[in-house]
Amino acid sequence: MAQFVFRRLLGLFAVLFIVSIITFMLMHAIPGGPFSREKPLPEATVAILNEKYNLDAPVLEQYLDYVGDIVVPRVTYGRIPPSVSEDFLINIPLPAFMGDQAALRWINFGPTYGSRNRSVNDIFRDSLPISFQLGSAAMAIAMAIGIPLGTISALRRNTIYDYAGMGVAVFGVSLPVIITAPILQYLFGVQMKILPPTGWGEIEHFVLPSFALGFVNSALIARLTRASLLQVLNEDYIRTARAKGLSERMVVIRHAIKNGMIPVVTILGPLFAVLVTGSFVVETFFGIPGLGRYFVTSIRGRDYPVIMGTILLFAGVVSLANTLVDIVYAWLDPRIRFD
Amino acid sequence: MAVAENQSLGGGSIVKLDHEAKGESLWLDSWKRLRRNRAALFGAVVIILNIVIAIFAPVIAPKPYDLQVLADNNAAPMWVTKIFPTMVPRGEEGGYITISDQYLLGADGLGRDLFSRIIYGGQVSLMVAFIGPLFAMVVGMSVGLAAGYSKGWVDNLLMRFVDIMYAFPTLLLVILLMAFFRFGVGSLEPGTLGYSINQFDRGTGGLLFVFIGIGITSWMNMARLVRGQVLSVREKEYIEAARSLGTGTRGIVFRHILPNILGPIIVAETLAIPTYISYEAFLSFIGLGVNPPRPSWGGMISEGARGIASYPNQAIFPALALFLMMFAFNFLGDGLRDALDPRMRGVD
Repeated sequence: MAQFVFRRLLGLFAVLFIVSIITFMLMHAIPGGPFSREKPLPEATVAILNEKYNLDAPVLEQYLDYVGDIVVPRVTYGRIPPSVSEDFLINIPLPAFMGDQAALRWINFGPTYGSRNRSVNDIFRDSLPISFQLGSAAMAIAMAIGIPLGTISALRRNTIYDYAGMGVAVFGVSLPVIITAPILQYLFGVQMKILPPTGWGEIEHFVLPSFALGFVNSALIARLTRASLLQVLNEDYIRTARAKGLSERMVVIRHAIKNGMIPVVTILGPLFAVLVTGSFVVETFFGIPGLGRYFVTSIRGRDYPVIMGTILLFAGVVSLANTLVDIVYAWLDPRIRFD
Repeated sequence: MAVAENQSLGGGSIVKLDHEAKGESLWLDSWKRLRRNRAALFGAVVIILNIVIAIFAPVIAPKPYDLQVLADNNAAPMWVTKIFPTMVPRGEEGGYITISDQYLLGADGLGRDLFSRIIYGGQVSLMVAFIGPLFAMVVGMSVGLAAGYSKGWVDNLLMRFVDIMYAFPTLLLVILLMAFFRFGVGSLEPGTLGYSINQFDRGTGGLLFVFIGIGITSWMNMARLVRGQVLSVREKEYIEAARSLGTGTRGIVFRHILPNILGPIIVAETLAIPTYISYEAFLSFIGLGVNPPRPSWGGMISEGARGIASYPNQAIFPALALFLMMFAFNFLGDGLRDALDPRMRGVD
């Protein structure tokens, strides 16, 4: 088991490395640079900027520098003046005998070209919690709608409840945020004026965006719950449970739902990662200062460190979620081969 | 079989033996089941209608999609102001909407007919709906077949590659690719291949790059699915029987494996179409999709969303059009799944 976990984590890092290489190469393969403008900046200015951000170095060197700053931890001494290019996510003060104000610093995603006094880490610190809150709220809504819907459909299979439930699910998957957002915004924000159409910070700002994001995913959960429960209900141990005289209620709650939820739980992790990372549209529509918006603007502004940072972060979160699911699955079900 | 049936019925009744009954294949059987599914049929009808409208857009649309009548900017017909009560017609107190009944759904901020733009916008969504699966079928199926059938290092190599591509958040990869195409290939010198491709892309109104971006990301799911299917089918007895009869690799793959795994493939791709459509809408929404003035529903929603408080019709009508198409493809995909694999429905 330990070996399996270790191998999976190793694979995760390998994948992230390759993702970073591909992204870096794609970004740098585009002619011009972050400081190319419609109306060109003076050559001297561009040269200074390129020098400042080390953009005139060979691409390989830039790449190694970049990855080194993230991966390799370093020990620093003395007080470090705040600087956008020396901003580390993890700062652990070391005991005094190791040196004057020694600290272990790790994970530096570099400066952003879009702003002189912010680093990519600053952007993460500001916007990641927001995306995380939005993702959690959407997840809660998706589960609150999806799981009961799927359960009822499975238990009342081929009845009007089932058809209605699955009808709602098809309806739900056909409603991506890009459709629900303007409609909800208009209905509740403009016409009825009961919820703020845009903005962030208050509790009522949560409702519309998280519902828009959650509803489309609730359909996914509902379908999976239904399919999984139906499969479990056909298992022998359900027949055994019935045969030994358990009430239908107990059979369903104790045996069916408990086992039927396993596949559902395993997609919740990756789904959560997707919700946290995949909320650009909602963020754009509702004016939420989350990470998705930064990514979109960074692409247009060729802000290399932000592009790299966001892609790596998202890829990292999603792959980590998938790896955890693999591990949990292997742990729950010993029949899964450890190869 | 037909003969046996006839005999068992005895001499009394005359059983008409048509040749179709003999050919009651999986496909015919599925078709019959599909025909009974009203929701799926509704989806199919909506899609066909959409296709017809898209093809005959120049005939059906009352105005060209790029015709600007600036005097009519943000105009709306009377009925639109009735369903959106916040849109107060000029003349009433606080009214700001120019009433003009020559626009069926209203006009946008540049005075272009919304109805015509929605009709032309459907072309983009529909083309994406067919290009995505095409890529997935051609590339994904080849990779999946190769990996599943050859096993060993080929399988390992191909699938590790798919795994890595999988780690990319799809939407981010599409955005990155679009940025690469738009800003990268777009600034090449005349005479190079990239330049010609870029010119071609301009000719298609930016559609080419959207297709490539979606195509590159669409095939991976398919490759995984096909590989899994091939692995489950390749050890079946009928494959062994075919092999023992001396059928070559090509015959086994294309005559025996492929037809048997086609069902799940068709279902998966039909259900994936709404995703492709929403990708395109999203790309156009953030301004990396088709080039203006060519309309796309995503782009129209994006433009309309900016003025949603004053002119909700400009965002909500294209959103409804998009919804109808996604809904239709989902219904059809669901129906196909039930028809091709009745076990999935749990009918026992």
